[in-house]
Amino acid sequence: MAKVLVKGNEAIAQAAINAGCQCYFGYPITPQSEIGEYMGAHLPELGRTFITAESELASINMVIGAGTTGTKAMTSSSSCGIALMQEAISAMCCAEVPGVIVSVMRGGPGLGNIAPAQGDYFQALKGGGNGDYKTVVLSPSTVQEAIDLTYRAFHLALKYRNPVMLLADGILGQMMEPAEFGEYPYDDPDVSTWALDGANNRPARNIVSLHMPEGAMEALTNRIFEKYEKIAQEETTFEGYKLEDAKLVLTAFGTVGRIAKAAVNKAREKGMKVGLFRPVTLFPFPEKQLQETAKNTDMILDLELNKGQMLLDVRSAVFGACPVEFFGRTAGGLLTPDMIMKKIEELYSKLGTKTEAGVN
Amino acid sequence: METLVYKRPESLLKDGHFTFCPGCGHGVILRIIAELIDEYNLQKDTIAISSVGCSIFLEKFFNLDVAGASHGRSPCVATGIKRCKPDKFVFTYQGDGDAATIGFNETIHTACRGEHITTIMINNTNFGMTGGQASSTTLVGQVTTTTPKGRKAELTGYPLHAAEIVAKCEGTAYSARVAITTSKNIRQAKEAIRKAFETQIKGLGYGFVEVLAACPTNWHLTPVESIERIDDIIEKVHPLGVFKDVTALEKA
Repeated sequence: MAKVLVKGNEAIAQAAINAGCQCYFGYPITPQSEIGEYMGAHLPELGRTFITAESELASINMVIGAGTTGTKAMTSSSSCGIALMQEAISAMCCAEVPGVIVSVMRGGPGLGNIAPAQGDYFQALKGGGNGDYKTVVLSPSTVQEAIDLTYRAFHLALKYRNPVMLLADGILGQMMEPAEFGEYPYDDPDVSTWALDGANNRPARNIVSLHMPEGAMEALTNRIFEKYEKIAQEETTFEGYKLEDAKLVLTAFGTVGRIAKAAVNKAREKGMKVGLFRPVTLFPFPEKQLQETAKNTDMILDLELNKGQMLLDVRSAVFGACPVEFFGRTAGGLLTPDMIMKKIEELYSKLGTKTEAGVN
Repeated sequence: METLVYKRPESLLKDGHFTFCPGCGHGVILRIIAELIDEYNLQKDTIAISSVGCSIFLEKFFNLDVAGASHGRSPCVATGIKRCKPDKFVFTYQGDGDAATIGFNETIHTACRGEHITTIMINNTNFGMTGGQASSTTLVGQVTTTTPKGRKAELTGYPLHAAEIVAKCEGTAYSARVAITTSKNIRQAKEAIRKAFETQIKGLGYGFVEVLAACPTNWHLTPVESIERIDDIIEKVHPLGVFKDVTALEKA
């Protein structure tokens, strides 16, 4: 299939349709409303379900209903809207209900603004919901990757019976660039062993998130954490760019990753050995891979459009193997390759003089 | 010759035991629902959605597929299920704290969309499971743990009349309020729930039945006194009746 010029939000919506998404439930919020508009225009004519729900609470709980039947379903929202979904995301992890959530981040906290930001890394990864749980989180940096990761989100949701979040931001949602819609490349698992469709010639089933008997909740959580461990072993992905000889490694996720890549190219032109480590899966975080990278470099510079959220996971992975610096802007402030370049030059000049490694 | 006149519905688990307080109304309603699912031979095609409160443990009583929902969101979960499986029979089982308080927005919008599902709402005018706090349906003057001197309208307003409001929604096919205080009105309650089930089976729209039920533990009354309270006091505030029935409109 040939490349087409497509807007990020619409690419995500079309990719969901290609992935076999049967239902979209959503509530409008900038900067992702085009996803709902696209779904509203296309799903009914395909005989699939589109509902503008009364709230984000309703949207995600409709996704739960669809998920309990083993049907591919999706919702999308932004920042404060995703905040309203946290109770349900926790419940989905507990009851092992599949579903896809697209989060197109805007400025926060509070209602914030409608400018692009990455302030919801904690919200996506560390959870605003209750209890021990993990959402699989995928982080696209281009429209093409948004398409590919939307496909992967639907597959992983069914494969692991867990919510999967596509964590994008307002830049990616609103930008147009050429991209190709390949075929949905996955074989999805059989859902008939667990999905609810009526107790026909089999014992009744239930998919619930309340487990009162003593020890039941702990046992269930332990079992689900074994699943998370399997996800970490089998699904972790990242992009490494010019890492082989890098003395300074940039870490960045999402659209900041592509801005950082431009900065790496600028630095290389000036003879500085700079590389990029960009996690594609945020959970599972490429912890071991980043630690190996840290052992072979002099310094890491973490770049984010927030006050330093992935930074905690970067430091945890590096675990003192090299110093970790942070540079970011927040709540709609943007990073440019030139700004990053300035920071690179400042840090690179200090590399040779450093005598001891440590976390600073 | 012996004739079997009373048996346990197939839609109730053989080894399931109700865990409700003495005099509680839930058991009667759950049995009525199970009898009707048996009568319509829907057991193999039913998905029940539990809610939060004393209504939560459906999978421990029903021999049916059950999906759990968070506080007030059962109609959303039901919507998701029914839209994916339109040939299945889908109902929510909720209390007044769930369907008429935290989840009333969801109840109203589900009714307005005319979802082909059925909601059975048990109204015992308080949050039963958490120990008897005032809910949206609590009567003015009613003593609860959060209104120890009685609900005062000037402080917390007036009770919400769910069945009447749901009846106003165009997507609602059937809305009624029933009681289960006498053999006669238990039979009437069953007929109301039958109607609400039939509107779903016929694809006519949303069905809603509000059942006034006793909560002797939190009302601090005996089971008999609780039934008298429903008949003498609660029905004056939350009157029994059919507030919408599109099948009756068609006949007229």
